[in-house]
Amino acid sequence: MRDRRLLLLAALVACGVGAHFAAGLNPYYYDVLVGVGINLILAASLNLVNGHTGQFSLGHAGFMAVGAYASAWLTLRAGGGSTLVFVLALLAGGAAAGLAGLAVGLPSLRLRGDYLAIVTLGFNEIIRGVIGNCEALGAQRGLGGMLRHTDLFWTFTGAILTVYVVTSLVGSTYGRGFLAVRDDEIAAEAVGIGTTKYKVLAFVVAAFFAGIAGGLYAHFKQYINPEGFNFFRSMDIVVMVILGGMGSTAGVCVAAALLTVLPEGLRWVSHLASLPAWLQHVAENRMILYSLLLIVLMLTRPQGLFGPRTARAHDRP
Amino acid sequence: MIEFLQQLINGLGQGSIYALIALGYTMVYGVLRFINFAHGDVYMLGAFAGLYVAPWTLRLFGGGPSFAGAAAVLLLAMAVCAAAGVAIEWLCYRPLRHRPRLNVLITAIGVSLFLENAGQSVFGADPKSFPEIIADRALDLPASWGPFAMLTITVGQLLVVGVTLVLLVGLRHVVRRTRLGLAMRALAFNPGAASLMGVNNGVVIAFTFGLGSALAGAAGILTSIQQSSIDPLMGVNAGLKAFVAAVLGGIGSLPGAALGGVLIGLLEALVVGYISPTYRDPIVFAVLIVILLVKPTGLLGGTEREKV
Amino acid sequence: MPPLPRLLAAALLLAAPAAPAQDTIKVGEFAALTGGIASFGQSSHKGTLLAIDELNAAGGVLGKKLALLTEDDQSLAGQPATIVRKLISQDHVVAILGEVASSKSLEAAPICQENHIPMISPASTNPKVTETGDYIFRVCFIDPFQGTVMAKFAASRGWKKVAVLTDVKQDYSMGLAQFFKAGVVQGGGEIVKEQSYSSGDKDFKPQLTSLKAAQPEAIFVPGYYAEVALIAKQARLLGIKAPLLGGDGWMGDSLLKVAGTALDGCYFSCHFSADDKAPAVQGFLASYRAKYGAEPDDMAALGYDSAMILAAAIKRAGTTDSAALRDALAATKDHPGVTGRITLDDKRNATKPAVILGVGQGGFHFVESVAP
Repeated sequence: MRDRRLLLLAALVACGVGAHFAAGLNPYYYDVLVGVGINLILAASLNLVNGHTGQFSLGHAGFMAVGAYASAWLTLRAGGGSTLVFVLALLAGGAAAGLAGLAVGLPSLRLRGDYLAIVTLGFNEIIRGVIGNCEALGAQRGLGGMLRHTDLFWTFTGAILTVYVVTSLVGSTYGRGFLAVRDDEIAAEAVGIGTTKYKVLAFVVAAFFAGIAGGLYAHFKQYINPEGFNFFRSMDIVVMVILGGMGSTAGVCVAAALLTVLPEGLRWVSHLASLPAWLQHVAENRMILYSLLLIVLMLTRPQGLFGPRTARAHDRP
Repeated sequence: MIEFLQQLINGLGQGSIYALIALGYTMVYGVLRFINFAHGDVYMLGAFAGLYVAPWTLRLFGGGPSFAGAAAVLLLAMAVCAAAGVAIEWLCYRPLRHRPRLNVLITAIGVSLFLENAGQSVFGADPKSFPEIIADRALDLPASWGPFAMLTITVGQLLVVGVTLVLLVGLRHVVRRTRLGLAMRALAFNPGAASLMGVNNGVVIAFTFGLGSALAGAAGILTSIQQSSIDPLMGVNAGLKAFVAAVLGGIGSLPGAALGGVLIGLLEALVVGYISPTYRDPIVFAVLIVILLVKPTGLLGGTEREKV
Repeated sequence: MPPLPRLLAAALLLAAPAAPAQDTIKVGEFAALTGGIASFGQSSHKGTLLAIDELNAAGGVLGKKLALLTEDDQSLAGQPATIVRKLISQDHVVAILGEVASSKSLEAAPICQENHIPMISPASTNPKVTETGDYIFRVCFIDPFQGTVMAKFAASRGWKKVAVLTDVKQDYSMGLAQFFKAGVVQGGGEIVKEQSYSSGDKDFKPQLTSLKAAQPEAIFVPGYYAEVALIAKQARLLGIKAPLLGGDGWMGDSLLKVAGTALDGCYFSCHFSADDKAPAVQGFLASYRAKYGAEPDDMAALGYDSAMILAAAIKRAGTTDSAALRDALAATKDHPGVTGRITLDDKRNATKPAVILGVGQGGFHFVESVAP
């Protein structure tokens, strides 16, 4: 436990130093790096639900939307605000998302597997629908005018804290319950583990961090729109978690970083003048390549890039 | 009152399309226990198959719109989709047969993204005009119907509901009365035992994919007859709604999928007509969630006891 | 520098492309070439590309060739900001062209403003886009003008009871509807029913059923051609005989292919008429048809004009220095564009006349021209 805290401290210091020196970085790379950090938070937090607890949430972007809109609304009300206001707004956004997570987590207890998946997807759509009908939040036109508070320091502080909280939760004696729920819910219940409590806790914690990620996103891109938090965005995060090997925090983080950088890398390839025209054309259709890569990766490394070697016991053959 | 009835008719037409697509989701779920996310895109493929074969078949059947020509387009598109479904299963899902379901799910998402983006690249992103294979017009209702003669029922709507019913009856016959249908049910019940009893699981799974995809292809053509504009992303929304329909009806249950599809269609029409289209999707999902909370396995889904 | 950031910086330097060549003027473009709104993005891109090709064929600008650097934002939120940062900081473009959708332009505008790189949006109608700052321009109409034009047109035809069917996902559509409604009420008319849909919808029978019950004399549908064609067809099927009215979003290659005769007797406001004998219009139509083998839509025309206005401003400024270029752009007056004689006002919005086109006999015909 003590080692873990030391590690956290070291990571935060490294983050501060790194962010200090990265300030002069080319803005494009800076933008991509912030994107990496935000996706790290999203993937690591979803991993708690989908990876460690074995539930299946398809609505992470919905929680991100709650955090983004709540924090953006707050800083806008505060007239742009100082860094302190920004951090408070971030936390408030996370709290609002956590509440939404509670609202989703509670009714979802009766559901499992695919039914749970569709309910979380449904909540994502409902959250988007409510925002899209709310004039105070700009409705379908979106919300803009936030100051750019988000920088590499805050983004990676968020990412490090997310990873720390998730790994500490799961690594603790208490947190073994998450894994028990995943591995065999009935057996866990039989030995006196409150599966309900663990499931709801997983949802709330994951939603909280998704809300933080949303707040960071809103104060970096300075414009948000309900379309940006749709089903496909949720799907992106799920893919990161599964590709990283469900439950492996390091794997999920690497997958999140890879999948954020990959499209930009392909963009670069498509502009290489030395490539033959057909290859450039292929690289221009980045999404085709991305989807093929996804299929091939799943076929050749079904356990994910860094997943444990054994498949889970109770999965149907 | 007339307006309300008219909305029900509108909803029924759209709901039948959802029902046809939902059947494919539910059949695949029945035998493999996974959500084939690429199913909505197979529906899109059906519409584009129709776009490409229609000029040929129309020429074959005298140039103008005709029932025989339309039937030929329908059958050809169903065949193309069946082949596509079997190919997708063979290439992308079969190698993962003994892997966790989530892997297959991600592969399915990959296939879905591939079909959508390759579709945009090959067919072009702008909407294409679908040729008129049947003249879609409003039926002249007899004046003796009184106020009900004010209702508008189109050929396309009648055709959609009719073809859906025929396909449903046909499907029921296949599942209930044929050896392959028996094998499908055995596989859905217990794959291991079915295999021991001499069921060739591979063949049955391929057959199920083919059948479900053919139904999606039929839905693609029937939509195109009514709406005459198709694009590579048309399967996204329709697929999502059909998936909701399948879950609403109880995933794995064939009558459930049909019922779910029709209910979603009716609900959408009523919300759009009487509340606001901006609330259409949120309300559809809210109703779904409420129903699942009351009946966690859907309207007609059987309760599956989890064994230790 | 500590070793890690230095390594990182070295890696990034390696990844950066070769230094910018000095004999070209680099113009950045961001567009949705794939994804949900790709049909708009591809159209505007085709128009922009055509303009750049024509300029280069005529010897370029200031004795240099123009190089168009196009990046695809995949219709995804978050992408425009990243791309525009790339175009500015890595490719060192002198100006940015894009985007069609206001939601994408709003993401890019603050970054262009901050870096003092002029940005010209071909078709984003949300007022907030150019309000971002003095480096952001647009070449399309803004909503008040078109909405008011069509309201006056409806009044002139004696259509008093009017219904409105809006696309709630498009600012453009909402804006037009808002000013149309105000204009109708001002002209003594009445809005008998309002309904809406979302881009990408295919079935409009529920909305149309509800509109039909209100028995309007005309229906204003300020949407894009893909949906408008289906709306027209389904309206006729449901027995709605009232004419449909619309805006420039109607102009598209597939409008009449899908709608057939369903739009006969309908009217829409637009940027140009193919009947217009102005050399800018005829030249554009001929070269677009020759290059792409299709009819241009309004997005293509606006994309073309955005590039042409930029080139004209570079010529007038005599330099690509950002402040001088901005001033030259802001001084754009009576530019003979495809979409009319364009003047950029003090809010950096285009003011130009609209034409009203009627639909019939498988084509469009000129009805009248309305000055701002």
